[in-house]
Amino acid sequence: MEKQVKALKAALPHTIPVITGFLCLGVAYGVLMSANGYGAIWSFLMSLIAFCGSMQFVAIGLLCVSFDPVHAFIMALMVNARHLFYGLSLLKKYSGKGKLKFFLIYWLCDETFSINCSTTPPEGVDEGWFYFFISLINYLVWAFSSLLGGLLGNFIMFNTEGIDFALTALFVVIFLDGWKEQKNRIPALIGVGCSIVSIMIFGTENFIIPAMCMLLVVLTIGRGKLEGEKKACIYLQKKQSLSS
Amino acid sequence: MYLSTKETILIILVIAAGTFLTRSLPFILFPEGKKVPKYIHYLGKVLPYAMIGLLVVYCLRNTTFSGILTGKASCIPTGIAILCIIVLYKWKNNTLLSIAGGTALYMVLIQVFFK
Repeated sequence: MEKQVKALKAALPHTIPVITGFLCLGVAYGVLMSANGYGAIWSFLMSLIAFCGSMQFVAIGLLCVSFDPVHAFIMALMVNARHLFYGLSLLKKYSGKGKLKFFLIYWLCDETFSINCSTTPPEGVDEGWFYFFISLINYLVWAFSSLLGGLLGNFIMFNTEGIDFALTALFVVIFLDGWKEQKNRIPALIGVGCSIVSIMIFGTENFIIPAMCMLLVVLTIGRGKLEGEKKACIYLQKKQSLSS
Repeated sequence: MYLSTKETILIILVIAAGTFLTRSLPFILFPEGKKVPKYIHYLGKVLPYAMIGLLVVYCLRNTTFSGILTGKASCIPTGIAILCIIVLYKWKNNTLLSIAGGTALYMVLIQVFFK
């Protein structure tokens, strides 16, 4: 038990920026669900079971049209396809974590990825439990803030139109974070460029998968130039040092 | 609620399954003890930044540009809000403040000035 307490104490400070951020976005999500007729319990269940941030916002749209589970599944794969690349980045760190590994994978989100990828536990703290508690705290904070948003949603009297812009704002800020490091700019621009080209060819609703294919092609062709200079997670480390 | 209780639960489970698949697939494809190809290693380093770029475009995909002069184009409030996020971020270096400030400004803009 001492091992776990030690890991929890070491993990907690790292999650403070995420706790504040998730409170804002989780409540926004709960309020938005509520505004669309899905009360607090539904926001809570979606967050607990699916736990997929941006996809949960997308899913509001799916819950407000005719029942189409196949479309929902494909959307979940497409919107969350980026997790594939988070997993690839954490293969090494998450190896040898035994029974904890399932939870580390289940609770893997943008924010948990950014912390776990860039942080190592202090000496004497168990690595597995350290990453476990960072993941757990982020997961629980998200679930309970969406519950809170759902409960508050019934009492919020002001016009919430445009509150979903919080999601756009989050990605813009993460983008700006990456932009600070010169070496990340070319991959970031490739991402924007491929997406815009894909929208021009395939339209706004079906562009993600073609854009990801283009990304792979461009990044593969440019591998020689991009490789060797890059150090993973630099922008994430910066983010942490700035927010702490 | 537009869907029935059963339908809603099913949608949640389906989304959870799809999401978990994307999270677990790399770990299934490259189990412990198996060497990760160098190419995959390289992708793991550059893709996060490219994907964030994609996500920004995804969020802005329905922005309209026609009617800039009459103030009907949605790119005006969106552009102002993003500018606000950038300024706040450069100025205070605070993630939450930038998100909250940009969102609040956007809400005011579309509710009051760009109805």
